[in-house]
Parts: sequence; C-alpha cells; structure tokens
Amino acid sequence: MPRISLTVDGSPVSGDVDVRATLLDALRERFDVTTPKKGCDHGQCGACTVLLDGRRHLTCLSLAVAHDGAEVVTAAGLGEGDELHPVAQAFLDHDGLQCGYCTPGQVCSAVGMLAEADGTPSHATDDLEAETELTDEEIRERMSGNLCRCGAYPGILAAIKEVAR
Amino acid sequence: MSDDLRIKEIGMERSRVEGALKVTGRAPYAMEHGAGHGVQEPLHAFLVGSTVSRGRVLAVHADEVRGSEDVVAVLDHTNAPRLADTDDEEYAVLQDDEVHFRGQVVALVLATTSEAAREGARRVRVEYAAEPGEHVFDEDSEGDEPEKLNAGLPPSGSTGEPDLALASATHVLDETYRTPYMHNNPMEPHATTALWDLGPDGAELRCFDSTQAAHSVRSTLARLFGIEAGRVHVEASHVGGGFGSKGLPHAHNVVAVLAARSQPGRWVRLAVTRQQMFALTGYRTATISRFRLGAGPDGVLGVISHDVVEQTSRCKEFAEQTVAPTRHVYAAPNRRTSTRLVRLDVAVPSWMRAPGEMPGSFAQEAAMDELADLVGLDPIELRRRNEPEADPETGKSFGDRRLLECFDRGAERFGWSERGPARSRLEGDWYVGLGTAASVYPAYTQPGNQARVLAEPGGYRVEIGAVDIGTGARTVLRQIAADALDVDLDAIDLRLGSSDLPIASVAGGSSGTSSWGWAIVAASRTFRAQHGTSPEPGDESVAGPPKKPVDEDYALHSFGAQFVEARVNRFTGEVRVPRMLGVFSVGRVVNPKLARSQLVGGMTMGLSTALFEESWRDPRFGHVVTDDLATYHVATHADVRDIEAAWLDESDHRANPMGLRGIGEIGITGAGAAVASAVTNATGVRQRSIPVTPDKALGWE
Ligand code: FES
Ligand code: FES
Repeated sequence: MPRISLTVDGSPVSGDVDVRATLLDALRERFDVTTPKKGCDHGQCGACTVLLDGRRHLTCLSLAVAHDGAEVVTAAGLGEGDELHPVAQAFLDHDGLQCGYCTPGQVCSAVGMLAEADGTPSHATDDLEAETELTDEEIRERMSGNLCRCGAYPGILAAIKEVAR
Repeated sequence: MSDDLRIKEIGMERSRVEGALKVTGRAPYAMEHGAGHGVQEPLHAFLVGSTVSRGRVLAVHADEVRGSEDVVAVLDHTNAPRLADTDDEEYAVLQDDEVHFRGQVVALVLATTSEAAREGARRVRVEYAAEPGEHVFDEDSEGDEPEKLNAGLPPSGSTGEPDLALASATHVLDETYRTPYMHNNPMEPHATTALWDLGPDGAELRCFDSTQAAHSVRSTLARLFGIEAGRVHVEASHVGGGFGSKGLPHAHNVVAVLAARSQPGRWVRLAVTRQQMFALTGYRTATISRFRLGAGPDGVLGVISHDVVEQTSRCKEFAEQTVAPTRHVYAAPNRRTSTRLVRLDVAVPSWMRAPGEMPGSFAQEAAMDELADLVGLDPIELRRRNEPEADPETGKSFGDRRLLECFDRGAERFGWSERGPARSRLEGDWYVGLGTAASVYPAYTQPGNQARVLAEPGGYRVEIGAVDIGTGARTVLRQIAADALDVDLDAIDLRLGSSDLPIASVAGGSSGTSSWGWAIVAASRTFRAQHGTSPEPGDESVAGPPKKPVDEDYALHSFGAQFVEARVNRFTGEVRVPRMLGVFSVGRVVNPKLARSQLVGGMTMGLSTALFEESWRDPRFGHVVTDDLATYHVATHADVRDIEAAWLDESDHRANPMGLRGIGEIGITGAGAAVASAVTNATGVRQRSIPVTPDKALGWE
C-alpha cells in the first residue's frame, strides 16, 4: 500500500492508504478525522467539503493517493485556537444548522466561496462584464452544491451575508 | 395541569447547546466513534442486496471473496447467527432463503478495511430462483382494506348519508389527487457501530446508532437477539436527521448486530449507502385520493368523501393514515373516508415526516382550493364558511382552534388581497400567482416517559434517554428543566442520547418536547417534594407524567395557514417560489430561534416535495431507479428564497404543563397544496398532483 502524508488542520499525518480509498475515507477511517461527513459518496451533497490547498473540494470524489503532500483544512481547523471562525460563529448566531451533518461542509464551502468571489461570474450573474456583487442570489447559487435536508438555508444565507459584509 | 410552571427560560431565544461542536464538525455521529470511545480497530461491513424482487436464494458464491486479503467473513442465510424472533419479515434478515423485494439484504461482507468490504460485496455472486413479482400501483389497483392505519386509526368511517348528500348538492367536486413515492433522505445515512461483548457474566450488546429512538432500538434488538434489554446499550449522541426514517429500527440495525454477533469482541461498523437507503430504510407510499365534496350555493359543505388507495410491501404492512386530516379540519354533516391497501413485492414503507397528514392534507387542501373556484369564493372565505364548532370526527372540543386567525394574520402579512383571477398576472416571461392552504397536525404526547433529576455540587443533572436529531431537544429540554426546578439555565446539566438513561419515546410524531418535557417537569416536582429546595449532592428522583397523559376530553391539534407566491415561466414551465409564509398555532413556543428553524425546515421540505421529489420505480423489479441525490432532487440553496414562519402568541394548558403542541411536522403539511394553489392561480392550469413539474405547470402533461 502506498504511503501518503498530508497536513490536516495544521498537523502532519501520514500512513499507508489503499489505492482505492477516497480522500474522504482516508481522512475518516485511516486518520480519524471525522469532521468531513459522508452524505452520498458521489459528489452530490457537499457534506464532505474541505479546503484543499485553499480551495473547496469534495473529498469523496478524489482518491487519497492523488493528494500526497496536500494541505487539508476541515471545519475543525478554521478557527484560531478555541475561537470559532467568523463564519462558524455566524452559523451558530443565525441558527444555520439543525442536525449538523451538512454543517462542516457548509461552513468550509462558505469560507471557500467567499474567497472565490473575486469577480468571477456565476450562473446567477446578470452582467458578465461588471464586477460581481455578492447578492443573495449569488450566494445561493454558489452554495447550491451543499444540500441541507433540515432546511437551514435561510439561516445559512443570513450567516454568510453577515460575514461578507 | 393545576400546578403552574415557572415561565422564564421557556420562551427565550437560545442558541443550540451543541452548536459549537456541530459547526466545527466535532460532534460525533454513529460512524464516528473511534478509539476515544473505546472503538478499537473496527471491522467494516458492506451489504449485498438482492437483484430479484421475489423468489429464493439458491446459493451465495463467496469462496473467492472469503479467501481474499482483509476479508474476515461473508454472512448469508446459511451461516448468519439465528434470531430469537423472526415474526417481523423486515427484521428477519439472513434467516431464510426467501426474497421479498429487490434490494433486500442477502449477504454481507466483513473486512478490516471498508475498501475490501465493498470490493468483496461487489464480487459475491448470488444465484436465485426468481418468481414473477407485482410491482405496479396505479389507478387500476384494487387492494384491500387494512385492519388499522398507522397510529392505530381506523381505515374507514362514515357518518350521515354521503351519497344522498352528494346527489342533492348544488356544487359537486369529484376529482382525484395524487402524491408520489418519496424518500426521507436525511443527510446522515443510517449507520450502526456495534459490539457483541462477551463479558464474564454474559453477553452485552453495545451500539452507536443513528436513530430517533435509542430505547426502541434497544428493546427491539433485545427481543430479536433474545437477551435482556438491560444488556443492550444504544447510544445516539448526535444524529444527522431522520424525518421518520430513523424512528423505527430497520434491517441494517439487525444485520449490523448479526455481524457483531458473529465476531464477538470486535466492533463492527455498518453504514447504509445512499443508494441502499432507497430500499432499506423506509419511504412514503404514493397515494391516490378520490375527493368528493358537495356544497350548497353558499359553499357550505354538506358532504366530504375521501377514498384513498395506497400501497405497502407484501412482507410487512404499513398503512399510511392519508385519510386522517379529512376527519378533523372541515365541517360537514355527511362524511366518509375509506382506505385500500395494495400489497406488492417492494421495499417496506414507513414513517416520513407527517405520515398520512402530509399526503392527505395535500389532497384535501387542493380539493378545497378547487371547490373555491367552482363556487366562486375566495379560498380563505370558503374555509371560513366551513369552520367546525367541534372536532367533526369525535364531537370533542378542539380546545384552542385558531385556524382562521392564522389565515387572517397570514393574509394581511402576505398581501393576499393582491391575488387576482387565474392567469391574470404576467411579468416578463413569468406568470405570477398566489396560493394558500391550511396546515394541520395532531398534538401527541407519548406515554411511558421518565426523567431523572440528580443534585450535583452547584447544580442539577437532568437525564432522559431522548434523542436530539437536530430538533434542538438538548437546548429546549434544558430550558424546560430550568423552569421546572426554578433555577438558572447554567445550573442545568442536561443529558440525553442513550438508552442507559431513563426511558424515552421516539423523536417523532411531533411529540418529543411535549412527552420528554413533561417527564422532566414531573421528575423535577417529585425531586422538590422529596428533597426540597436545598438538596444534598447525590439526592435524586426519577418520575414521569401520569399514565394517561392526554386529556381525553379534547381533540388537540395544531393548525396553520401557508401562503405561497409562485412564478411560472411561460415558455419553459419552470416554477420558482420567491415567497412563502406560514402562520401557525402550535401552543407555546419554547425557543423561538430553534422553533423558527423547525417550522421553516418543515416548510422547506414541503416546498421540496411540491416541486421536485419523486422516487421513480422500475416496473419490472419495483426498485427505485432515482436512488441518489442527483436523481432524487431535494431543494437546494438556490430553490429556497424567502421562507418565513410566524406563530400566534399562545399557550395550550390542555396539552401539557409547558402548554406546547409540537412543531416538527406541521410545517410540511399544507405546503404542497399551497404551492399547487399558487401555480394554478399563476397559469390557470389546475394542479392535482405533486411534484408540480414544468410539464404539469403549463398543462402539457
Ligand atoms: S459525500 Fe461527498 S458530496 Fe456527498
Ligand atoms: S443541518 Fe441537517 S442537513 Fe443541514
């Protein structure tokens, strides 16, 4: 079995992984990092979202062996020490969660999305030439890869808006 | 409910107690207990599902799999441990060679890694003697009358002379309304981590389970495996939603323990895949409702008649109570309900958020909307003219029934007066319409709950074996405990999520907070009576509500009115819902912040079912082909715009000492009908089924 090394939430981890193992399963089962969740295993729900080398990434859709040396940040690694990351805090304040199973993915996705929204247009952008503004429409569009069956969407939107401001 | 409860913490906005754990992903779910929880080197299980819908398993060829690296065992019906009780066909997994539906568990592979287990399961070859099965349920299906419906309700009933009344009515509506198969799809797939521990004094079974009812998983497993309930320990500290599908144990609970039983002393992890959930963890049956309404010239109903046909699995009966709301919402001297159940070789249906109430209220509310058109009345005015004095089914008082107030408040807030005639508003390429419907859900309190209050230095530990599946139970029960003990919130250490804590009923039927909260109030009162206001650390009391908690003199229900604005693209038929408002009468609200989320969550699921959700079956095998989240569409961020929930300021002292009636399910009832009503108003094409897909919205179906 090949050996890989990763940095997860600032700490180095390494170990042998099955070549068939997804990055999600390697994190959850091999390295005991259960912050990314498995909702579908097929790239359809967003529960497994982490920041991989700074960008949001579905860990169920990639093989662990393809990411040797990568830097992974999960929802647990976003804050400073015991302080919650502002996005996580805003989720709590606006009750952008219920069961919490989609939440770590939503939080990572929101953090990644805010960093991506650098003027790149989306499907919801009317004027492709102008500077994109992070309207409600844009946020909803850019977050639509993260499903929430509990229906916490309005709280999530409010949380992201508060941080984006 | 004479003793008044302090109301100080109850009613306060509080954030979720476990919120910080959840937003950082640190809250452990059923598959996530590792060495820190004593789960060392677990084995991984992967299920093999049958590829025929009816017949027998002739042979399971797994020698090669058994010989492969990392595989520990392959279980099938020939070598799996025997259960003590096989009466329930859903639970009698791997006990005989019979196949009842496609996707039924016929084998399981256990390996030291999940990759090896999955690969092994793929390579197991199963030979069948297949028999022709029946898989199709449609308007030609006959079915038979079940003995009872879910919740113990009678399948049919009749008062007065419905046929005569229909024959003499001025306005007669006779139409059929349909709802499709739906799957609960909580975000966390069903999962169990189990250990069959051979201790010196006998076996102990330990499970971390994704369930809505730790105690019922415990009692079911104890019965099936023939061990004392006290030797079964089920923990469910965090559960990633359930919506009814985790309310009862399902086959995976049993099979995980069979696997653990076959490897004593080793932990076994089993997660059902998203695809397998469509066969193994319950779903809502499709329903066909024939509604007949007869009204006088003024729209006053003389007769309500509702005949339902729905289906179940031949191997286990589940009869959705689709006729239930028809019995309680509108007045009419002549009434009839009936239910027929079609038995098929398909997966076992079960609870899904507001079983019966959701599809039944869709049919009834859509029929009322249509009748309003027929009579030429505003839909709210029609409902006003048919408001009953007492419960039409039982004649009992509703206590508080404030449905019309919900409609009136909602109408004003939503701008209902702007609603024009059908297909009268075109804005750009979009037809715009407004719609409304009533929501209804009974106020249940489950018997048999107990709570423990224990004095600790500086505070109280309050324990109950309930489960927080995302409802906020941890937070609101703590608020209730603080008021019940008349102390500060900080003085309460609330524990739940384990069958080792005092017995608690299911997080379902919108009955959690009322049933568990009442137990906490009872235990607190007993504690004060036994130990006074300055107890010693270690003093404790265990108590629950009276045996028959519910006041039998009343027909307690929650009500609500939902309002929807729908926009339908005139060329593509795409439906958008920019605004949705629900005004509810639910008794006292314990925590407005979390209650809003629950109600909005229910409405969101209602919107999702109204526009998207439908499980498609392969008629040849009866399995669901749209068995993932790409093809079974649930509402996403982009689909959910402005959804608002509001409630009347009230307290229902007839329900329980807290004055609440439960809020988990009412939000999904009526939501679909309100969307259908709005689309009908937008396009002028009458909507009698959900989901309202583009073809239906424009009448191209
Ligand atoms: S688990 Fe990766 S997208 Fe669903
Ligand atoms: S909080 Fe439960 S799925 Fe999003």
